[in-house]
Amino acid sequence: MDLILEGIKKAFWLLITLDPEVMGITILSLKVSGAATLISLFLGIATGTAVALSHFPGRKIVVSLINTGMGLPPVVVGLFVTIFLWRSGPLGFLGVLYTPTAMVVAQSVIATPIVMGITLAAIQQLPRRLRLQILALGATRFQMIWTLIKEAKLPLLAAVMAGFGGVISEIGASIMVGGNIKGYSRVLTTATVMETGKGNFDVAIALSIILLVLTYLINLVLTYVQQRERPR
Amino acid sequence: MTEPGVILEAKNLLVERAGARLLDIPVFSVNKGEVLALIGPNGAGKTTLLLTLSYLMKPRAGELFFSGLRVGSGYLLSDYRRKLAMVFQEALLFDTTVYKNVASGLKFRGMRREEIQTRVTEQLELFGIGHLRDRSARTLSGGEAQRTSLARAFATSPEVLLLDEPFAALDPPTRESLVQDVEQVLRRAHTTTIITTHDRSEALRLSTRIAVMNQGRILQVGTPGEVMYHPVDEFVAAFVGIETIITGEVVRVQAGTFTVSVNGKEIEAVGNAAGGEIVTLCIRPENVTLSCDVFGSGASALNVFHGTITKITAMGLYQKVLIDCGFSLVAYLTNRSMERLALTEGQEINAAFKATGIHVMKIPQTDPAGQSPAC
Repeated sequence: MDLILEGIKKAFWLLITLDPEVMGITILSLKVSGAATLISLFLGIATGTAVALSHFPGRKIVVSLINTGMGLPPVVVGLFVTIFLWRSGPLGFLGVLYTPTAMVVAQSVIATPIVMGITLAAIQQLPRRLRLQILALGATRFQMIWTLIKEAKLPLLAAVMAGFGGVISEIGASIMVGGNIKGYSRVLTTATVMETGKGNFDVAIALSIILLVLTYLINLVLTYVQQRERPR
Repeated sequence: MTEPGVILEAKNLLVERAGARLLDIPVFSVNKGEVLALIGPNGAGKTTLLLTLSYLMKPRAGELFFSGLRVGSGYLLSDYRRKLAMVFQEALLFDTTVYKNVASGLKFRGMRREEIQTRVTEQLELFGIGHLRDRSARTLSGGEAQRTSLARAFATSPEVLLLDEPFAALDPPTRESLVQDVEQVLRRAHTTTIITTHDRSEALRLSTRIAVMNQGRILQVGTPGEVMYHPVDEFVAAFVGIETIITGEVVRVQAGTFTVSVNGKEIEAVGNAAGGEIVTLCIRPENVTLSCDVFGSGASALNVFHGTITKITAMGLYQKVLIDCGFSLVAYLTNRSMERLALTEGQEINAAFKATGIHVMKIPQTDPAGQSPAC
């Protein structure tokens, strides 16, 4: 019992005094996952909208692949990103393995299908006639697509949250492609694993509290979005 | 090529989806400033025609001309669409304020903010929704939402307005007040309008011309009077509310009138016909009068038949009476006249209708949906 109480006490002390190492890890986590989410938004919303609005042979297979991608195991992503970035791998010449860049790449691969899948569903859920109505009001194709994305803004916000939530709490890929290098590629999850292994529960608890608060904030926003009155 | 006064013209329009022919229209034109009502049952192709005219649905074949220029070569598609505006049965509003909804078409056109403001304010006032300007569109009632949708279409000052059953989803009182407002706006703005409806009273009220559609074809185009009283075939006749449609043979021809034998009964009609010709007679139910006494023989060319009431159906403000007098005859009576006459099923009665009240069709009876010559 002492262990836990002592750990929590020290954890709060680390947080209150803004311990440089804990802060550094947190900021890197936010940067890496934030960048990955941003990249996944561009790729995911663009592709998701394109698939939602088009008809082509094999569309169902593509949609099912996207849906499968939403649950991609981070370890598998980590493995393949590592292979690609390995010195003798296809992208080895970039020399980015075990850097935050590699982590951004891996996390983007995880978040993109999540954003894509939610976008696809969100755009498809809009009334069919809405597209015709927008065009009938004189919109160009680009204006039509932009208007549809704006109409789906609530579910798209959920996509952002789900994507970010997915990568900030992910560990498998980050540790494999980032290497958990102190002060360089160490993030909240990888640090928590390591500190726990070393028996430094105070630091681990402090990191966990930060992760929990972040996750809570994400879910708070998501709940708010979900509980809003549905448009008629 | 295009006649003067014609703003929109379609030639040899053919629309097919999944092997089914949805639309087959050799010629269709809309005159500048007119309100054209497309009427027909569900699935007749009314909405498809509107979507095709606005190029939101691609025809398999055919050409569209706007003010004499061919759409596609004379105009870019988006430029063409900016000359039109369309309102659907559902309001299809954007998830934003009423003001921004009405402004959306103008924003697409890249109009300056001050001008947008002037135009939107004007439309909000015209449709009586000025007080809702900053309300979120999702909190509107059905009628308010459809008003917003109409204001959004009118704000773009379209040269041709396409209305696809804009009142169909509304309850009767809301509908009535909106039809009234739209009627006023159309009268004032003289906007060329094509409106689809399956409610013929709405069509009669708003339109200057009516086109009757069925199975992807236009069966008849004409003034409301022409379509209501001179339908070209049985389908149109039935759709515009003619309940009695009977076929018989011309047995005698007099000057300006002729006599038709139907199941052994003789009906006198006005017009010209040849002896032995097979004709179809249309009698509007409101033109049939009923009496328990014998009709005075004063009125000339009055067809009077003795028959039995086989069925009485309440239709709201009036009642529909089906009479068997050798052939089936339908009459509409107000509830008051029903009370006065105290009619019951099985009762014997005299039914009368004027020879001038009969519309005579001389058409082949084989293909009711086919393009048939006018009578």
